[in-house]
Amino acid sequence: MTILANIRKVEGVQIVDLTGRITIGEETSVLRETLKTLLQNNHTRVLLNLADVTYIDSSGLGELVNGFTNFNRQGGKLKLLNLTKKVHDLLSITKLLTVFEVFEDEAKAIQSLQ
Amino acid sequence: METKESTILLRIQSNLDYTELVESLTIDLTTLAGCTSDQAYFIEMSIREIVSNAIQHGNKCDRGKFVEIEYRFDREKFQVQIEDEGNGFDFNHLPDPCNSENLLKSSGRGIFLVRSFMDDFSLDYIPNQGTRVRFSKKLGG
Repeated sequence: MTILANIRKVEGVQIVDLTGRITIGEETSVLRETLKTLLQNNHTRVLLNLADVTYIDSSGLGELVNGFTNFNRQGGKLKLLNLTKKVHDLLSITKLLTVFEVFEDEAKAIQSLQ
Repeated sequence: METKESTILLRIQSNLDYTELVESLTIDLTTLAGCTSDQAYFIEMSIREIVSNAIQHGNKCDRGKFVEIEYRFDREKFQVQIEDEGNGFDFNHLPDPCNSENLLKSSGRGIFLVRSFMDDFSLDYIPNQGTRVRFSKKLGG
């Protein structure tokens, strides 16, 4: 397994610090289960911190989109924080920057979820 | 000056665990070819996408079927050909993942990304025989 998810709570917002790669297989399962567990526990304001995510493939992008859709369905918000240049470019090429709200500043991201 | 072309052929069983093995070899070969880190990233990602597609959607994870990856490269160009033994794949009917009605779909971006990253891309399919994908990246050597 090449991804780790650490969850911390700041001002009522759940921040998921992801480290590693989000690629086909177990890595996307880790992301899926993490987001599912947060929703099941009624944590509907979530920031995914991708600062230490080195690589995302199309399956990983699909899992991010799934997460976004699931949070929206339950009246929640899933936003992204600290994209690396490669991940930013990937979201730009696929037009997913028009779907996700993306932040570079954690405090501003938290404020947007209040 | 005449450039020497290298050719490497890898044949793997349809098992997604082997995508890591393919990636390790790809990293070594892009280094050998003198790719920049960006070129290597685009090539690695493209191979990962097509090999995953070949295993999952082409060969349907049937471990009795194989995927062949052929690498050909010199200092000017890195070429890849990937073939599966599946039922064929109709490239002409792929939806555009960037259309607004498809943006929230969880799949369908792999081939789009490879086409974006590579300089050439072609896909041939023969019903009931398999799919052959070819792509290349200029290295500007």
